[in-house]
Amino acid sequence: MDIIVCVKQVPGTNEVKMNQETNTIIREGVEAIINPFDTYAVEEGLRIRDKIGGKVTVISMGIPKVSDLLKDTIALGVDDAILLSDRAFAGADSLATAYTLSMGIKKIHDYDLIICGKQATDGDTAQVGPSLAEKLEIPHTTYVRKIEEIKEGMIRCQRLTDDGYEVIEMPLPAVITVVKEINEPRLPSIKGMMKAKKVNVKVWNAQDIHADENMIGLKGSATWVVKTFIPEHNINSEIIDGRPEEQVKTLVDKLLSMQFFVSK
Amino acid sequence: MNYFLSEEQQMIQELAGRIADEKIMPIALEYDEEGKFPYEIVKILAESDLCGVYIAEEYGGLGGGILEMALVVEQLSRACGGIALSFAATGLGTFPIILFGNDKQKQKYLPEIAAGRKLAAFGLTEANAGSDAAGIQTTAISDGDFYVLNGTKQWITNGGEADIYTVVACTDRRKGARGFSAFIIEKDTPGFSFGKKENKMGIRASVTRELVFDNCKIPKENLLSKEGMGFIIAMKTLDRTRPGVAAQAVGIAQGAFDYAIQYARQRVQFGHAISSFQAIQHILADMAIQIEAARSLVYQTCRHIDSGAKEISKESAMCKVFASDTAMKVTTDAVQVLGGYGYMKEYPVEKMMRDAKITQIYEGTNQIQRNVIALELIKEASKVK
Amino acid sequence: MGDIKIIKEKCVGCKLCVSQCPFGAISVVEKKAYIMETCTLCGVCVESCKFMAIEFQRDFAENDDAIYYEGIWVYAEHKNDHIANVTLELLGEARQLAKQLGTKVSAILLGNNVGHIAQEIIFYGADNVYVVDDPSLSDFNDESYATIATNLINKYRPEIVLVGATTYGRSLAPRISSRLHTGLTADCTKLEIDKEKRLLLQTRPAFGGNLMATIICPNHKPQMATIRPRVMKAMEPDHTRVGKIIHPAVDIPLVVLTKVLHTVNNLTEMVNLMEAEIIVSAGRGMSDPKNLKLVKELADILGAAVGASRAVVDAGWMEYSHQVGQTGKTVGPKIYFACGISGAVQHLAGMSSSDIIIAINKNPDAPIFKIATFGIVGDVLEILPILTQEFKQRLG
Repeated sequence: MDIIVCVKQVPGTNEVKMNQETNTIIREGVEAIINPFDTYAVEEGLRIRDKIGGKVTVISMGIPKVSDLLKDTIALGVDDAILLSDRAFAGADSLATAYTLSMGIKKIHDYDLIICGKQATDGDTAQVGPSLAEKLEIPHTTYVRKIEEIKEGMIRCQRLTDDGYEVIEMPLPAVITVVKEINEPRLPSIKGMMKAKKVNVKVWNAQDIHADENMIGLKGSATWVVKTFIPEHNINSEIIDGRPEEQVKTLVDKLLSMQFFVSK
Repeated sequence: MNYFLSEEQQMIQELAGRIADEKIMPIALEYDEEGKFPYEIVKILAESDLCGVYIAEEYGGLGGGILEMALVVEQLSRACGGIALSFAATGLGTFPIILFGNDKQKQKYLPEIAAGRKLAAFGLTEANAGSDAAGIQTTAISDGDFYVLNGTKQWITNGGEADIYTVVACTDRRKGARGFSAFIIEKDTPGFSFGKKENKMGIRASVTRELVFDNCKIPKENLLSKEGMGFIIAMKTLDRTRPGVAAQAVGIAQGAFDYAIQYARQRVQFGHAISSFQAIQHILADMAIQIEAARSLVYQTCRHIDSGAKEISKESAMCKVFASDTAMKVTTDAVQVLGGYGYMKEYPVEKMMRDAKITQIYEGTNQIQRNVIALELIKEASKVK
Repeated sequence: MGDIKIIKEKCVGCKLCVSQCPFGAISVVEKKAYIMETCTLCGVCVESCKFMAIEFQRDFAENDDAIYYEGIWVYAEHKNDHIANVTLELLGEARQLAKQLGTKVSAILLGNNVGHIAQEIIFYGADNVYVVDDPSLSDFNDESYATIATNLINKYRPEIVLVGATTYGRSLAPRISSRLHTGLTADCTKLEIDKEKRLLLQTRPAFGGNLMATIICPNHKPQMATIRPRVMKAMEPDHTRVGKIIHPAVDIPLVVLTKVLHTVNNLTEMVNLMEAEIIVSAGRGMSDPKNLKLVKELADILGAAVGASRAVVDAGWMEYSHQVGQTGKTVGPKIYFACGISGAVQHLAGMSSSDIIIAINKNPDAPIFKIATFGIVGDVLEILPILTQEFKQRLG
C-alpha cells in the first residue's frame, strides 16, 4: 500500500500570544513544529504500513528549513520525505496549497491512500484535505477517528459526527483527514534518528512538479487577507467572594436574573 | 555545562529525556502510590532502541558503554527513579553475561535484552548476606549435566518480571570467597519461584521480590565462566553498574531541583516570590553545585571505565557515594524549599526524597564503598616511593 | 520577496513590523527592515507600519463576470426532518447582507422527502429554495452532494455561497470551492459588505483565536464562506413570507463511489456539545475521574452538555468526543462552566466565544479568570455539589 501523508510546519502555538495593551504579538521564540494533527496522520500511515506492508511518504509545502521537520518524520520510520519549496509557492491560500500538493503527489505517481491532519493550528481552515481530493479527483472523508478495514482498493472508516460517528466505505485511492482520537503517536527510535541524520530530503520546486505559475502561491490564491486585528474581549470579569455557600448563592442569583433558565 | 557528548550520545540523552517528560512524568505519582510495574514504559523503551545502548551491535545493541547507559538512567530518573530501575536493574543482570558469557550464552540472551523483549535481574543479596557478600548460603551442587540450586535471594529488583536472572551461589564451601559461582537462570525453570512483592519506602514503581530456589535444576551450560569465578564476576559487574546507580541519583536530584526552583519562583510570601529571598537562593545554589559536581564525577568515571582502564573500583565507588549522598541532600532540601507543601503527597518532592534513600544503600552501602575507597587509597600510597 | 517589499527610504527601523509578524519573518539590521524567507505573505505587517514603508501589491482582476453573478445562497443543512440551527442563523445573516447588495436570498436543499422543510426555510428568510429530492440523497454524502451543489451553482451563478461550519459543512464546502476553483474562508464569525466593490468581507479567527483576519475573494466567484454556528442571528420566522420553491432539473449521480454504510449515535449520555446552550466542562482540577460525577450532576440539573479539557481526555477520564479546545471542538454556548480548568490558550480557543463564562478554580492566577464573566476562587470539588444543590432548589 502506497501511503502519502501531507504535513505542515506551523509556529509553536504556545508562543503566539497577544499583548492587549500594546497590540503586538508576543513571540517567545517562535519555535516551528509539525502541525499537531499531522503527527496523528503520520502515525496512522506508519501503523497501516506496519500492519499490511507498503511505503509511507511524507510531503510538505514550505520553506527550505522545513527539511529538518521532515527528517524528524524519517526518525519515526517514514520511508521517504519530499519538500515542495519555491519562492513562488509563498502566500498560498488553501486552494493554491491544495493545487501545489496535488501536483507534487501526481509526480510521486503511486498512491493508494493520502492522509492529512484535520486542520492546521495556524490557519485553522481544515480545507486543504477535501480541496486536495478534488484536485486529484478522488473521494475523501474528513474527521476519521478509526479505520475499520483497509486493503487493496478499499477503505472502510469511521467519521466523527456531532452525535457519534458514521461508517463510510470508499474505493482507493482516496483522501482521509484524521482527528486526535485515532491513535497515540510513537516516539522516534535511536536507529531512526541516526538514519534521519544521513537522509537527504528531496526538494522539488515549481518546475519539478510542472506547476502552472498562475495556480500557485499568491497568484494562485483566490482569497486575500485585507486586515488583521486583535479580537476585543469585552469581558467585565467579576470575582465572587465569600464562603462557598455565599459564592454559590451570589452566582446563581446573577445567572437567574439573566433569565437563561426556565424553571422546570 | 557542555559535557562534550558525541552526536549519538546526545541523541540517546534527548530521546530518553523525551520519554521521561512525555511518558513517565504523567504517571509517576500514580505508579508510586499504587506500586505499579511500568509495563508500557518497558514497551516504549523497547521500541526506542534504548534497551540495547550498552550491548554490542553484533547482538542488536547500539554498541555504547557505561556512559550511554548512565545517560539513559539519568534522564529516566528525572521523571521517576523507580520506573528507571526496570531499565537500570536489567543492566545489572546483563553485565555478568556481557563480561563473562561465552559466545553461545551471549547469542542466546543478549539480543532479547537489547530488543527490550526480556528484562534481566541480578541475584546476589540474601537475608544473611548484604554487605557481607561472602555470607551467601544459596548452594549450587553439581549433579551430572546439571547444577541443583537451593536457597533464597532477597530484595531482588525486577524479581518476578525479569525473564533472565544472573545468580551467585556457593559451589564449594571449603574454598571461601573462591567457592562461589555465577549462573544464568531463566524464569519458569522448575524449582524457581518468587516471594511476595516487597512494600518499600521508595522506588515503589520498581518491583522487588525474593528468588526462591528449591531443588532447581539448571543445565551445566548456564554456568558463567568457571566454577569459583562468582565473586569476581559480581565485583566486576558492580564496578561497572555502580555509575548507573550514581546516574539514577543524579537524575532524581535534578528532577527535585527542577521542581523546587519553579515552585520557588511562583510561591509568594511577604509579597515576594520566595526565590527572591537569600535563604532560599543559597539552598538552591548549593543544590545546583552538588548536582553538577556529582554529574561531572559520574560522567568522568563512565568515560574512565569505557576507555578500558584496568583499575576502576575506586572511581566507581567514589561516584556512587558522592551522587547518592548528593541526591539525599538535594531531595531533602527540595522538600524544605516547598515547606508544608513539600510534605504533602500531592506534590512530587516527598516521593523523590523517599526514592533517593535507596541509592545510599544498594549496590554496596556507602559505608562499604568508603571502605573500598580507603583501601585503594592506602594501596596506592604504599606504592609511592 | 514575492510581491512584498520594504521601501527603504521610508523605513526608519522602528521595529513595529517585527513585533507584528506572526512568523518572525522580519528583522531589522542597521535601522532598516528586511523581510526574510520565512515570510508567508500574510500581509499583517503592511498595516502596522506607521511610515507606509511596506508595499504589498495585489491586483484586482478585471472581472466582467461580476455582473453575471448575483444572489446569496445558503446551504441548508438538515437532520431528522429538522433544519439545522446554523442554517436558520445563516438565513438571518444572509437577509442582512442581501439588503445591502439589493439582491435575493436562496437556499439549496438536498435530501430525501425534504419538501416540507423548504417552506420553513422561506419563513426564515429565503426568497427561493432550490430543492433536489431523491432517495439516494437521504444521507449526507460528500460526493453526490458536492456534484449536485456544484452543478446548481454553475447553473444559477450566485455571487455568495454560505455554508454552516459543521462537520458536514466543512467537508462539503472545500470540495465545492475546489471544483469551482474559487475562494473559501473557513469558520467566519463576522460578515460585512463592501458595497462599492460588491465584495463580502469575511472575518475569522486564526492562531487559535489570538488573531482575527478579514478576508476577501475579489477575483473569483462565487465568494464562499463557512460560518461558525451560534454566532449569527436567525430572524423570527415570518409565516407571511412568500417565496419560490424550485425543483431544478439536475442529474442525480448514479454512480457514487463513497458509501455511508451506517450511523452510530452514541453520544446519548449528554446533549450534543455543538448545539448545547449550556456546557459544564471538567478540567484536571477535578483531581480524580471519580469526581467527574459532580460535573455530570450539575449538567443533569441544568440540561447541559458535558465538556472536557484536553488534559482530562488525554488522561483517559473522558472520551475525545467531549474535548473542547483547539484540538477538540469549538463551542459557543450561552453559558460555559469551566470546572477546575486552568485556561490554557488552546482550551480558550475552543470556548472563548461563549456568552457567559463561569470559572471555578482554586488558583487565583489561573488564566481562565481573565476571560471569565464570573469567577469563583475555590475548591471545585467543594463548590460543585453546593452549586448543584442551589440550582436544584431554585429551578424546582
